Amino acid sequence: MTHDMTTPRPAADDSVGDRIRWTLSDYRVVVGQEFAHLVRQPANFAWQLGFPVVMVLLFVYVFGSAMDVTGQGAGVGYIGYAMPGLFAMTMAFGFMNTAFAVADMKEKGFIDRVRSMPMASSAIVVGRNLADTIQAAVDLAVLAVIALLIGWSSDGMLWQTIAAFALLLWLRFSLIWVGIWIGLLVNGTEQAGNLFALAFPFGMISSVFTPPELMPSWLQPVAEWNPVSATATSIRELFGNPVPIGDAWPEVHAMTAAIIWPLVITAIFLPLGVRRFRNLGR
Amino acid sequence: MSSSVIEAHGLTRRFGETVALDDFDLDVARGSVHGLLGPNGAGKTTAVRILTTLQRLQTGTAVVAGHDVVREPRQVRRRIGLTGQQTAVDDLLSARQNLVYFGRLFRLGKADARARADELLAQFGLTASADRVPKKFSGGMRRRLDLAASMILAPDVLFLDEPTTGLDPAGRREVWEAIAGLTAGGTTVLLTTHYLDEADRLCDRISVVDRGRNVVDDTPDGLKRRMGAERLEVVATTPEALESITEVVKAVGTGEPSVEAEALTVSAFVHDPVDALVSAAAEIRQRRLEVADLGLRRPTLDEAFLELVGRETA
Ligand SMILES: Nc1ncnc2c1ncn2[C@@H]1O[C@H](COP(=O)(O)OP(=O)(O)OP(=O)(O)O)[C@@H](O)[C@H]1O
Ligand SMILES: [Mg+2]
Repeated sequence: MTHDMTTPRPAADDSVGDRIRWTLSDYRVVVGQEFAHLVRQPANFAWQLGFPVVMVLLFVYVFGSAMDVTGQGAGVGYIGYAMPGLFAMTMAFGFMNTAFAVADMKEKGFIDRVRSMPMASSAIVVGRNLADTIQAAVDLAVLAVIALLIGWSSDGMLWQTIAAFALLLWLRFSLIWVGIWIGLLVNGTEQAGNLFALAFPFGMISSVFTPPELMPSWLQPVAEWNPVSATATSIRELFGNPVPIGDAWPEVHAMTAAIIWPLVITAIFLPLGVRRFRNLGR
Repeated sequence: MSSSVIEAHGLTRRFGETVALDDFDLDVARGSVHGLLGPNGAGKTTAVRILTTLQRLQTGTAVVAGHDVVREPRQVRRRIGLTGQQTAVDDLLSARQNLVYFGRLFRLGKADARARADELLAQFGLTASADRVPKKFSGGMRRRLDLAASMILAPDVLFLDEPTTGLDPAGRREVWEAIAGLTAGGTTVLLTTHYLDEADRLCDRISVVDRGRNVVDDTPDGLKRRMGAERLEVVATTPEALESITEVVKAVGTGEPSVEAEALTVSAFVHDPVDALVSAAAEIRQRRLEVADLGLRRPTLDEAFLELVGRETA
């Protein structure tokens, strides 16, 4: 082989403009790769959806038949209460898929390869988030269709329904930064898998399935201040589904909390993730 | 322009109590193939990771392709390729998609990335498998795809960390041929290996490293020569002939010949190898002895390596 005319040289990116342009291009490429995965391996995508779908069916038909949280009777009333909770829960747990995938890339040496390349050091972190957020939107759409099929409906106006789904994605978007950071932090997929034991209570100690008022008093503040609760309460309001509201600040101002929480999480974990990526070799 | 493309001085890297690299020096000439040879845990991967900007060095300096790895890591990354100890390809994408993806991250335009991918697929004999996923490849094919991915930009320096570990002989040969092809184009290669035959075959120079320290830095032949003089070796056809053969060998060698009766072999160190060979051959003819083999033996690189590192190695 010779370094002939067709052998390319790296593009210069010494000016600020070039760097921004190339950084955006890197993001696009990383997002594109994730989509190529979806197209080539639709089965993986289906598996990922399996958990929330099974949860929906379990909650509505198994637990729901025995619970009456709204005073409207068990069963029907519970779908209205549980469905927004399940949407929120899918958003709350999904970031563990991201953590797992990133831990896998690190374990297999893939992260090393890209770190030795001249791309932007934020590209993997940001690109991964964008791709996973878009994928979460698809997850959510599928889940919404299933919900409609089993009798749930949004009583809100169209803009309210759209706003509710946007809040859900906003929560997931922020949690994906946490997932990426965890994936880069742990040693291997096994550790990432173990962390699910931590994520599970994070999703459950919230108003997703049980009104905090029904919890032991020491647990109530945790559930009330949980970012997942703020989102769950807000979307219940927006969907016009029954909202058993308490009097803690994040419950009264759920909408504000549902906007601010993800902002705070992003502000902390986006830089942490990029820094971790840069400093993996310390 | 300096003739060295990698210049590292006094590299030190600790991981807690472990000293992975201890005042390690490395000088690699432009256009050469340089081997890092050492047992498990010697510090080879750590050296490669420092030189490819993946790992922070704690003390010392390293300049790769004209740029300091600590102060100008971006400049270094634009001039190197890395094939790490693990094969790092995306198993869910096809071979071609992998190369296009990496090409795009090397910041080629779409069309350029595609053209380059096809070129590399052809060069590494993967054209027929371009649309299959590497998950279904043989180890040798995966490794060749991995190599191709590190060659996208025709780097000034290519780092290969154990490029043939875990491959069968055919797979190793495939990878060797690929490496030989690269160096013909002027790329400098730094490769690590446990395999002495591999180092012997591919490398212009070899740095032997053990416990993070330089042991010796020499050509493969030089390494073997360090083992001392060459030996004259004669193999008899019958046990009865051993005695006379021992006399012949003793006459041309230095010191007592060593006799391996079961192998029917007699050998001794010699001062002037050619002279000793000619005299021994003449004497054998004169005495009308029959021999199975007569020749000069240089120590193998394995022997040289064991001697240099001074302990059992993998
Ligand atoms: N990230 C790390 N954390 C802790 N210890 C490490 C780390 N990386 C390397 N080491 C230690 O540093 C030493 C040198 O390791 P290195 O991987 O460089 O050796 P090597 O020569 O590549 O070995 P091998 O032939 O097994 O690949 C070993 O003792 C190893 O355990
Ligand atoms: Mg190693």
